[in-house]
Amino acid sequence: MTTKLKEVDVVIVGMGWTGGIMAKELSDAGLTVVGLERGAPRSDAGFSVPMIRDELRYAVRNELFMDVSRDTLTFRNRPAERALPMRKLGSFLPGEGVGGAGVHWNGQTYRLSPHDHALRSRVEERYGKSFIPQDMQLADWPMSYAELEPFYDKFEYMAGISGKAGNIAGRIQEGGNPFEGPRAREYPNPPLKPSLASEMFTETTKKLGYHPFPRPAANMSRPYTNPDGIKLGECQYCGFCENFGCEANAKASPHITVIPAALRNRNFSLKPHAWVTRVNLAPDGKRATGVSYTSVLTGEEFEQPANLVILCAYGLGNVHLMLLSGIGKPYDPVSDTGTVGKGYCYQVATVVQAFFDDRIFNPFMGAGSLGVVIDDFNGDNFDHGPVGYIGGASIYSASLGGRPINQRAVPPGTPRWGTEWKKATAHWYNRTLQMSVQGSNMASRYNYLDLDPTYRNAFGLPLMRMTYNFTDNDEKLSAHLTTVAHDIARAMGPTHLGPRTPRRAPYSIVPYQSTHNTGGAIAGHDPGKSALNRYLQSWDVPNVFVMGASAFPHNSGYNPTGAVGALTYWAADAIRTKYLKDPGPLLHT
Amino acid sequence: MADIARRDLLTMAGVVGVGVAIPVAPATAEAAPKDKVQDGPAANASARCYQFFDLNEVAFIEAFVDHLIPADELSPSGTELGVTIYIDRQLAGAWGRGARMYLLGPWPAGTSQQGYQLPLAPADLYRSAIRAVEAHCEAVHGGSFDRLQPAQRQQIMLALSDGSLRLQQIPAQVFFDMAYANVMEGLFADPIYGGNKDKRGWRLVGFPGVMAAHAENIERFRGEPYLVEPLGIADLS
Repeated sequence: MTTKLKEVDVVIVGMGWTGGIMAKELSDAGLTVVGLERGAPRSDAGFSVPMIRDELRYAVRNELFMDVSRDTLTFRNRPAERALPMRKLGSFLPGEGVGGAGVHWNGQTYRLSPHDHALRSRVEERYGKSFIPQDMQLADWPMSYAELEPFYDKFEYMAGISGKAGNIAGRIQEGGNPFEGPRAREYPNPPLKPSLASEMFTETTKKLGYHPFPRPAANMSRPYTNPDGIKLGECQYCGFCENFGCEANAKASPHITVIPAALRNRNFSLKPHAWVTRVNLAPDGKRATGVSYTSVLTGEEFEQPANLVILCAYGLGNVHLMLLSGIGKPYDPVSDTGTVGKGYCYQVATVVQAFFDDRIFNPFMGAGSLGVVIDDFNGDNFDHGPVGYIGGASIYSASLGGRPINQRAVPPGTPRWGTEWKKATAHWYNRTLQMSVQGSNMASRYNYLDLDPTYRNAFGLPLMRMTYNFTDNDEKLSAHLTTVAHDIARAMGPTHLGPRTPRRAPYSIVPYQSTHNTGGAIAGHDPGKSALNRYLQSWDVPNVFVMGASAFPHNSGYNPTGAVGALTYWAADAIRTKYLKDPGPLLHT
Repeated sequence: MADIARRDLLTMAGVVGVGVAIPVAPATAEAAPKDKVQDGPAANASARCYQFFDLNEVAFIEAFVDHLIPADELSPSGTELGVTIYIDRQLAGAWGRGARMYLLGPWPAGTSQQGYQLPLAPADLYRSAIRAVEAHCEAVHGGSFDRLQPAQRQQIMLALSDGSLRLQQIPAQVFFDMAYANVMEGLFADPIYGGNKDKRGWRLVGFPGVMAAHAENIERFRGEPYLVEPLGIADLS
């Protein structure tokens, strides 16, 4: 029934950014590597014009995302409720297929603040222990910003990030982010060309005393050849970026960078349509022997033995596989014991709209990461004493497209249909500026992931269950920072200002908010409190490494992909320089 | 516009009960009262062939769509723009049948935060909901939805949209939200899907369509109108 395949050195589950980076780094080191991907391969023809400019197919019917008819999760706000299946995609949009979500991302590529890496210490030192809410599981990250810096740099140069440095080796740079941690050198490419919205946001935030800088973008501001010799094209500002693949190869994505680079190595092989159902463990449960997977083309089942198993299946997929396979102890919020499923975080995101009678924005000219951002209210860049919460947000104006099914706005008070609606839509489509608040989210005791007792996926396996709600801390953050954004919009002097609508509990899984799901397999110093050590190695099964934002002890006010890429290079380096010399736990407890 | 209902035309044409519309035969049309035929939308109606909606549902959906998108100085009606055909094709196809949805049970009622929890694929939801709205219209107003006065129809639409209308078995707002989203898709999706006829949805807002090489335009037209003939997928295929 099950075909047992020849043993390999490394099996990687999932072929997005983290799987692609691992495939490249470990096959370069001479290891035999197999990459398994549950979804389809990507062909050049798939993203060609005009077919790719299909808003309905890609941005409404979600062609490139996870197919929830086959596997989804269940959701509830509180442990006392019954979790029910996420029957359609909504709040977040996990990827599927070679390249993963790296195919259809926008390309916003930040570094976390140095404060983010030492969050608990920083908060205790500046505000005192009593500042931390009772159920908040605030932790320091087990690696510092300085340790990750070379790996952030490596990711940014591989992906050709367009941006402006704010701090090179401790020297503040005009036009960059003065709050960022020191970086070794400038971004590989200059910033994208600003839109009118970008210019207005820059001008107003400067007047208000803030420090605007261009959003760091994986959209190429010019043709670029990366250190692996991979060529990327110049961004055309087409406005079809997030939810879409790029026909110009101008958005750094795994399927056009690290994966083809890995495929140059004959010791790497890529298997799409391979759905991993379990990581197999030796009888003592302390060693993985490989993985089992099902071909979704033929239904055949395979066992792939391997010395090293690397989970790269998006944060949520990683945690699901760990729970299904019995890697580590599942987290129990009541006794506050166990680690797998602990620390699930999201983001607290809001939007502010401003309408200008006398402006023409041409919103359809845009790029995924085009825009301007301020970091004045992110991390611990401001005094939290008076506001009474922990965390912050990036506040930005984005010019990412004007696709008319989804990207239309009308001033408050406009009817939803009829001639008046039509008039307003015709008038304001081209006269709306949108700003966003991307708020951080701290781990909280009753926000977690485990297995659902009722619902099953197409493979007969339990769905993962998400228990999640916004906390008082989140509501305070959103109320404060949505007001800051609203005040910026007001200072621009719009004809109409959209409503000020901070996020409040309960969290809803219905409207899209962010595909920045983090935690569930967090990294830490203490094996009793974290699933992974500082090298993203399982404390419990040391030949399993778990990549992705599932390792984040909290979610910051940034897009996570920059940190995810840096952590993956950091872990690959530890595997190459430490683990291979002496396979086993890299840290002893 | 004529107050003649589409249902009447089809009845006159002798095709009641047939799920797709058949062109009205000239001889039959001549036999009908003259005023109705002259200002009736016979030509347009005959061009609309439905795959999913039955005769009663056609009457409902055309009235529903045209209430949201009426003919006025800005555009023809939603039906004339192909929005009902768009919805019909979507419901007849994979999406309508529940592709990419998790539809396995059990199906207990959930909180609004848990989202869609009905055991129904979109096509089944439409069918049940239209029947339920029509039953309400008959019971309260003594006539089908398409024959209501505009003010009565507006009242029904508002009650559907805020969920205050109690329908048998079907949550009104769940249906309305889905149908509303579909109407917007039919107005603004690429014309290859059957709606957005002559790119009138795109022209309404000034969306230029699929030609989108703006690396120079973003500077040249910064703050200035960018006026071009919109192009769709079919224009470049």
